[in-house]
Amino acid sequence: MSGASVLYDVPGPRAKARNRVYSVVGVLAVLGLVAFAVLRLNAKGQLDPAVWQIFNYAGVRTGIRDGVLATLQVFAVAGVLSLVLGLLLAVARLSDHKPVRWFATGFIELFRAVPLLITIYALWVILLSNRDALGLSGSQPQFWALVAGLTVYNGSVQAEVLRAGINAVPKGQREAAYALGMSKTQVMTTVLIPQAVRAMLPTIISQLVVTLKDTSLGYIVTYEELLYTARLMSTNIIVNGNDTYIPVIIVIGSIYVAMCLALSGLANWIERRGRRTRTGIGVAAAAEPVAAAGATDAAGPASEAPAPAKD
Amino acid sequence: MNVLLDYLPEFRDGFLGTLAITVSSALLALVLGVLIAGFRVSPVPPLRAFGTAWVTVLRNTPLTLLFLVAFFVVPQILFQGASPYVLGTLALGFYTSSFVCEAVRAGITTVPLGQAEAARSLGMTFAQTLRMVVLPQATRTVIPPLSSIIIALTKNSAIAGAFGYGELFNVSKLLNDKGYAIAWIFLWTALAYLVITFSISGLFRLVERRLGVAR
Repeated sequence: MSGASVLYDVPGPRAKARNRVYSVVGVLAVLGLVAFAVLRLNAKGQLDPAVWQIFNYAGVRTGIRDGVLATLQVFAVAGVLSLVLGLLLAVARLSDHKPVRWFATGFIELFRAVPLLITIYALWVILLSNRDALGLSGSQPQFWALVAGLTVYNGSVQAEVLRAGINAVPKGQREAAYALGMSKTQVMTTVLIPQAVRAMLPTIISQLVVTLKDTSLGYIVTYEELLYTARLMSTNIIVNGNDTYIPVIIVIGSIYVAMCLALSGLANWIERRGRRTRTGIGVAAAAEPVAAAGATDAAGPASEAPAPAKD
Repeated sequence: MNVLLDYLPEFRDGFLGTLAITVSSALLALVLGVLIAGFRVSPVPPLRAFGTAWVTVLRNTPLTLLFLVAFFVVPQILFQGASPYVLGTLALGFYTSSFVCEAVRAGITTVPLGQAEAARSLGMTFAQTLRMVVLPQATRTVIPPLSSIIIALTKNSAIAGAFGYGELFNVSKLLNDKGYAIAWIFLWTALAYLVITFSISGLFRLVERRLGVAR
């Protein structure tokens, strides 16, 4: 807000009056749009109480519940797997062995560049045509195509996030760990990764929000998650000769927004919490040597600086 | 190998389709995004609230849901019989505008305070300050995040293919239905997307260098 208020003067009486006019006009414009939409929907009979009555039916409710559960199931499996894959790829991309590094780089760049939908679709086709050989039945090909697609795409993105985090760990940490005689694996697992994960946690969780949103791509490979269930319901339930797209979309949309907001709220909370502890006692003690190392670098010019500063 | 040669016209049409919807929805997203970013920093509270609501809702809605809204709700409210191209542009443009808005707003906060203060002390209004002083300087910091937003938009445009707009995903679906091996189709489509995304990041790097100023 402090950044915004610098853009305009504190409003005086005339500016206040003008802002009030703008407010009224703006609110009226938004209300006008909403009213227009409501009127049009009403004219089409989409706001009829009978249309909204469908949410009282047990079938619709269990349908939505099952859809939410299917979405959360895909999200849980894909989220965990993408974090594991991301960790592996990040470490592989930082490896000392060239082939491993090249493989990880190629994998990450390929799957980050291709639209997720195309990856999921290709995997779905592959799984469907090998269904019997792999012993998949029912909606399992869709499920695993969705999970695998989400995993390789989000795993690649998480790998880059983690790599950025590992590279951002102060160099002294790694050097100190090697000086203590730790092996490469020990340095990575006990020194670098914990600090990288901690620093990158908000970004990692925002990427998990993206994963949650992308589960809706299951709609296109006909996996019965929330969006596909919604689509089926809205075409199958006919009230007064109309399909019920609008009420179903409004309800499903609210559920999605609520789920994503909850997750990004968690990210914000962790970010605030992390910021607080970073200035706390426990971490400050560990961070001191780094700050001291920086201070000695800066000490050269700084020691000459005080004289002009006093003038 | 043969898939590409046999169906070169389809691939070309799909490539151009992806390009067309990317360009049009990027333009829509840029215009809307800058406008909403202006709303979000404006002195008028309802406009600020509107901007915040816009960003919060659109950023937390799955794009597929927005496509459903565009293809099944918009025709009921506004006009019937719009082409998938127009509806897809609307969905993609609105979705991306929320990300553009956040990038622009972040860019505005990186402009040194003295600039806006100087503009104000010259007697400039809010709109003048933003348009003539702050936004031109914010452009420089906004370009790199904008590049990745537009690349994400290119990739998201694949969803329009699932809703019947002719682009690369649509082509790969079509060719798969004709019985070609999915691996080759996947590789060629991936290559086509790589061409587009590399051109976008190259273009933005060019713009960045043109706009770059030693601070």
